[in-house]
Order: sequence, then structure tokens, then C-alpha cells
Amino acid sequence: MSHKMYLYPKWVRGWHVLNAVLFLVLIVTGLSMQYSGKDSIFIIGFANAVKWHNFAAIVLTINYIVFVTGNLTTRNGRYYRISKQNFWSDLLIQLKYYSMGMFKGEKHPFPVTEQSKFNPLQKFTYVLAMYLALPLLIISGFGLLFPEITIKRFAGVSGLILTDILHITMGFLLSVFMVIHIYTCTLGTKPWSLFKGIITGYHESDEL
Amino acid sequence: MKFWRTWMLVPFLSLLPAGSHGAWFPADAALTGGAEADTSEFISVFAEDNERCFVCHGQNRYEYENPNLGRKVRALMSKERIIDRKAFYESNHRSFSCTDCHSEMYTEFPHPGELRMEQGFNCIDCHGGDENWAHFHFDEIEIEYQNSVHFKLEEEGFSCWKCHGPHDYKISVRNSGNLKEAILYDNNICLDCHSNFNRFQILSDREEINILARHDWLPSQATHFKSVRCIECHTQVNDTILVAHQINPKEMAVKNCTECHSRNSLLMSSLYKFQSKEQRKDGFLNGVILNESYVIGANRNTFLNRISVVVFILTLGVVGVHIVFRILKNKKADES
Repeated sequence: MSHKMYLYPKWVRGWHVLNAVLFLVLIVTGLSMQYSGKDSIFIIGFANAVKWHNFAAIVLTINYIVFVTGNLTTRNGRYYRISKQNFWSDLLIQLKYYSMGMFKGEKHPFPVTEQSKFNPLQKFTYVLAMYLALPLLIISGFGLLFPEITIKRFAGVSGLILTDILHITMGFLLSVFMVIHIYTCTLGTKPWSLFKGIITGYHESDEL
Repeated sequence: MKFWRTWMLVPFLSLLPAGSHGAWFPADAALTGGAEADTSEFISVFAEDNERCFVCHGQNRYEYENPNLGRKVRALMSKERIIDRKAFYESNHRSFSCTDCHSEMYTEFPHPGELRMEQGFNCIDCHGGDENWAHFHFDEIEIEYQNSVHFKLEEEGFSCWKCHGPHDYKISVRNSGNLKEAILYDNNICLDCHSNFNRFQILSDREEINILARHDWLPSQATHFKSVRCIECHTQVNDTILVAHQINPKEMAVKNCTECHSRNSLLMSSLYKFQSKEQRKDGFLNGVILNESYVIGANRNTFLNRISVVVFILTLGVVGVHIVFRILKNKKADES
């Protein structure tokens, strides 16, 4: 028998859906800028991609400020706090569950509760994505949007190249994160139950 | 005689010392104001000869003894007749004597009136068909110029000198170690007329010019203006000439971003043509651009590209394998 927990308040759901849409827009427009040719339009072409990428990036930045502010001012922030205690062993346990345990029918080692919405692996990757990769992506993005504020040279290399490599690397890593994130969201009670949860706000679980 | 050829002689039509007439004498240069000290290292063998001209034409004001008035007269030199000594001795023509291009009669003072009708030289008069200058491809440049929009204005006074001042022009991109400075120098040649309505209206009836408004479609306008030359978008690229001279009509200007922001960037056959011979080999497409700048879409690191493809395929592979195991597990569960 399943039970429901209200884990995703309205602001989290609103932030999440906007973040998802913006990520998709930024990935598509980023690839369009990088791979459009003289005579070939890659996805939406360079000129359109620049406009939409800049617009989406600014909205993403505002949305990120909403996320950080929300986590600082509501109880949602506690879900992202990582404890040093058993950090590596908990990560290993979760990895083992995903790679073997779940196929053997083992119970989830860290079931979702109102106190702990994310398992150790989720928490670790979400913190890396939201508090390291995304800020670096935003900062480097602004460096490219306003090249006049970017360091001209660093260690003999153009600051713009370094900024761009950082931006593209973070963008790529977050794209990979997004693929894995979407896939792991099919690992709920039913393949669609976690998606349903982020839309309705209620997490559905078989485990009591 | 064409107007422009007369125009270019104007600086020399005024006051030059002339012993034979002996009536008017320009004052000592030390007495005149506004002269900038020549700090360039080059010392012309004609420096002394040229000083006969510079003593008046090298500064804003000049002085001379007027025997009719019986006193020294001090007057302002017309702006267009002033030749900057420093700029001249740093220019391509620095080793010349003034009278190499201008009539010996200018050594007479006051200058004979008929000199106003003297035919001036054009670039090709000296540089055309000369083996010594073959590597500059002057003859092809002349053909390009004749096909350019500027040539249509020749009857109104346009000439090579409008862009390449004979007294101050120096080739920049080929010689400059600092590309940004070369870009600024080259763009200032265009802006000298295209952002200065006083000069622009000499050759055009257009009632206003506004470079910024005309380019307001260009994202990061200031960055573009600092990073590329006007001619990158406004000329027809030529494979043999280092700097294209066929200025296209404005309707033909490059407006497609990917002409530059792409793997086969136009900049490699224009701005970076000279440097591209010394291509960087560090895994970047169009790597030579990275020496001075960075162009989104044109500078891709092939190494990072390959890594990203491999990582992405591995990610999808892991997800695929995981899906297969889940399907097998579900099948097993259904069977039991």
C-alpha cells in the first residue's frame, strides 16, 4: 500500500519547472551557437540562438536567485545539507543499490521521508549541480555576455577562452546531469510517479 | 585635372621658403608654436630639405616677414595643409623628400600659383607594375578599388589618399605585433569620414551619418568594433591580397553571424590571413584567432569535443544497460 507525503511546495515546483524549461532552451541554443555553419543552420541557427540564449540565461539567473533565497528562508534548504558522518559509505551504499540491490529486490537503503527528501547520492549530485556547477555556469556566462568585464589574460592565455571553456564544460556537465536526473526520476514506485510528484507536490511511496 | 589631385597638393600651395624671391621669409621654426617634437628613431636623409616645408606646414601657425607691410606676419595654417612631422617620419613614405612627389617649384616662396594645377601622383603611379612591390599586389588592389563603391566617387574627389594619407599612412596588420592596435588604426581610417560628417559631406549628399544606429542589430556592438575591422564585413574577400580593397555596397555587407562564428570562419581569410600561416597547433579550430581574441563558434577545441561525445555516449550507455536490467528484473518478477 502506498502513502503520500507533501514534499514539493508550490515555489519549489514553480522554480523546478521553469529551471527545466530554461535548461532545455539553453542546451538547444548553446549547441546551435557552437555548431552552426556558414551554410548550415544547426537546430535554430546562430543569430536566433544568441538572442534566446541570452534571454534564457538572464531568466535562469533570476530563477537561481529565487532558488537560493527560497532555500535560505524556508525549510527546503535542509534537504541539501550534507553530513560528514558516513558520507562516503552512504554514497557507496546508494551506488550499490542502484547498480545491484534494486535488481535483487532489496529495499531502498535511504527511503524518502519528510526529513530527508533526497538519498545521499541525490543530495551530493544536487549540491554539486546547484551550488557549484550552476554558479560557475552563470558567472562564466556573464563573462561571455559582457566580455569587457572578463579578465583579459590569465597565465598567458586569453581570459575569454578560459571563461568559455569553463562555461561550456559546466554546461556540458549539467546536461549530463540532466540526462541522469531525468532517468533516475523513472526509478520511483512507478516510472512516472516521481514526475507526478514534482507536478502535484506529493511524493508517492510504497515504503512505510 | 581631377579635383582630388589638386586637393592633395593644397598643403604645399602656401608658404615655402624661397631664396630666389627673397622677399618673404618664413620665421625660424623655433619661433612657431604647436610643433610636435619628432621622437621617431628614423632619421631621413632629406630631413633638412623637408624642414623647409615643415617649418610652415608642420604646425598650426607660421610666421613670415612681409616686406610690403614691413613687419613679421603671424598666421594660422589651414588644418588641411598641416603635415604632422612625427606621423610622416613613421609613415611608409618617411624616406621621401617632399619634392619627390611635389614639384621642385614648391621650394620657391611664395609658391607659384600655377602649381595649384599640378597633377599629383596616385598610388599606382609609383607602385604599379613594379617588381619591387609585387608582393603587395598593387595592380590587383587597383582592380579591386575600381570595383569598389568608393571608385564611383572618384569624379567627386575620391582617391587612394582619402584612406591612405600619403603623409601619414603606414601598413598596420602586416607589421603590427598588436592586432587590437592594428584594428583600431584601420577602423579609424574608415571612421575618419564615416563618423565625421564634415568630411563625409564632401563626397556625399546624405544628410546624416550614424554608425552606431546603422549597426544596432549587431550584438555586443562595442566588442565587435574593437575586435574586427570594418572591412571584414564590408569588402569582398580576396585570396591573393592581404587586405581586401573592394568595398561592397552596404546591401552586400556581411550580416550572417556564422560567416565569422563558424568552423570555416571568414576571419581566417581576412583579419587573420597573415597570421594564419603560423597556425597554432593546440587542438583549437582556427586556433590562430586565439592569439588575440576569441570567437564563439569559430574556436572549438577538438579535444574537448571528442571527450564530450565519449562521455555523453558512455552516459547513455550506462542508462541503456540499467534499463535492460530493469526490464529483465520485471520480466523475472512477472514470471514468478
